[in-house]
Amino acid sequence: MSESSTPALTVSDLTVHLGGRRVLHDIDLSIETGEFVGLIGPNGAGKTTLLRAILGLTRLQSGRVAVDGTDASQNRSLIGYVPQRHEFAWDFPISVEDVVMTGRVRRIGWLRRPGLVDFDAVAEALERVHMDHLRTRPVGELSGGQRQRVLVARALALRPRLLLLDEPFTGLDMPTQELLIDLFRELSAEDKAVLMTTHDLVGALHECSRLCLINRAIVADGPPAALDDPAVWMRTFDVKATNPLLKTLGVVA
Amino acid sequence: MLSPLDFLKDLLNPDLGFLPKALVIAVMSSIVCGVIGCYVVLRGMAFIGDAVAHAVFPGLAVAFVIQGNLVLGGAVAGVLTAILVAVFSQNRRIKEDSIIGVFFVAAFALGIVVISRAPGYAGSLQQFLFGSITGIPDEDIYTVAITGMILMLVVFLFHKEFVAVTLDRETARSTGVPVFALDLVLYVMVAVAIVISIQTIGNILVLALLITPAAAARLLTDRLGVMMLLAPVIGGSSALLGLYLSWSLDLPVGGVIVLVATAVFLIAWFFAPRHGLLMAYLRRRAVPIEGESDDERDPLTDASARDLIGTRS
Repeated sequence: MSESSTPALTVSDLTVHLGGRRVLHDIDLSIETGEFVGLIGPNGAGKTTLLRAILGLTRLQSGRVAVDGTDASQNRSLIGYVPQRHEFAWDFPISVEDVVMTGRVRRIGWLRRPGLVDFDAVAEALERVHMDHLRTRPVGELSGGQRQRVLVARALALRPRLLLLDEPFTGLDMPTQELLIDLFRELSAEDKAVLMTTHDLVGALHECSRLCLINRAIVADGPPAALDDPAVWMRTFDVKATNPLLKTLGVVA
Repeated sequence: MLSPLDFLKDLLNPDLGFLPKALVIAVMSSIVCGVIGCYVVLRGMAFIGDAVAHAVFPGLAVAFVIQGNLVLGGAVAGVLTAILVAVFSQNRRIKEDSIIGVFFVAAFALGIVVISRAPGYAGSLQQFLFGSITGIPDEDIYTVAITGMILMLVVFLFHKEFVAVTLDRETARSTGVPVFALDLVLYVMVAVAIVISIQTIGNILVLALLITPAAAARLLTDRLGVMMLLAPVIGGSSALLGLYLSWSLDLPVGGVIVLVATAVFLIAWFFAPRHGLLMAYLRRRAVPIEGESDDERDPLTDASARDLIGTRS
């Protein structure tokens, strides 16, 4: 991917207020196609709020979000969103492939039924997440990891440029986490930019091509190897220099 | 007790012309409620259904007093209440269920006050609350048939959007699906389905027509398409059987229809093929074969789990 191409995501000068409180301020973030970015910060740092702001689900106090160079409100179908698993009604009587198709509802359009393109996109998305053998299974009967993969497939069915993942590893066992990590890396290596919030700091440090430390504002932003200054981690997580977290991350001896 | 054949004779008896009319209306409205009820059950909005059911009452009362169109009056009142609930629940200090609690009782109270101004107040009140099979005007059959067909058409046209919103509101909204507008359309459909059912079953019991057949259908299947076929079948047959029992045993029609539907629900609860209590009991008793696991694991995660153990050990 050439550096000169339009960034998949550009967030400029973003400020968000929720219930009268300033939750995010002065966020500038630009992500190129091919990047796999981990969004890291403590609880309440505004990670999910930032994803919601990019998706247009939260009103912006100021600032601008552009996807592929165009204002995000005009370009919504270029964003694939994978919410946390509890946001989804898993008790709904519906098959895996039908769930993936719901990702394309707006693309299909009003008063229309899915066409060949839509079925192709769904089949392709299911193959990508290795769920094609379970396509007719009711979603209520899936394991946690399979459910997460269904949500990823639903986002991929839009063939997005930008993939937003909200805590995709929460509550999953290690093999499933590894499988998903590999998938996200592959996707970013192909033709997408991937932005993921996560609590798994060690994993993010090893797997992401770039980390963005956030606590109401962006504290540090760069490839994992460049984030070896303990001060930025102490500032992000509001911890003391003696905190064992820093040792775990390998930023202090 | 009347035999089914005698019931058929009564239905064809020109002196009992109200009976086939009541049957047609009861069955048609149960079918419509069965389909719409699937959304209500799957979205867990039974309480909102209850609210709308009560909220249509003042509209019916006003229409009755001024001798206007009952369906129109009820729909207007139901929609107004739905909008009020949607607007007032934007205030975060009071939760939505409290707002609904405030408005639907208020609407019902308003209905009682309004209808008390009508002549022959006690009789008409009882008819509204508990339903009746007599006194249905001919044109109501057409009103119910046409409104029912319009509702089914709306379901057909917006089904995929309703499903997307029910599955995951926020993600649907993020891709540009107008969630709020679809909510309003759904509330209006619930209101209209309730209004056309009130004639025979009454305002108090109408919620059962919306919830019970859909809930029973949910127990019987994991496929939405099947559920949306089963629910109207259960609703329609309950109405038919209920009206027959009510006519032959001289019992109130609304109550009997609801009890029949409830019996179907209980049967489904105990005997559903996959998730019923009976099957769960039989499965527990079955001794697992050695070396064979009941839970079918996904081969992929299984394989990667084995790889992981293999490389780490």
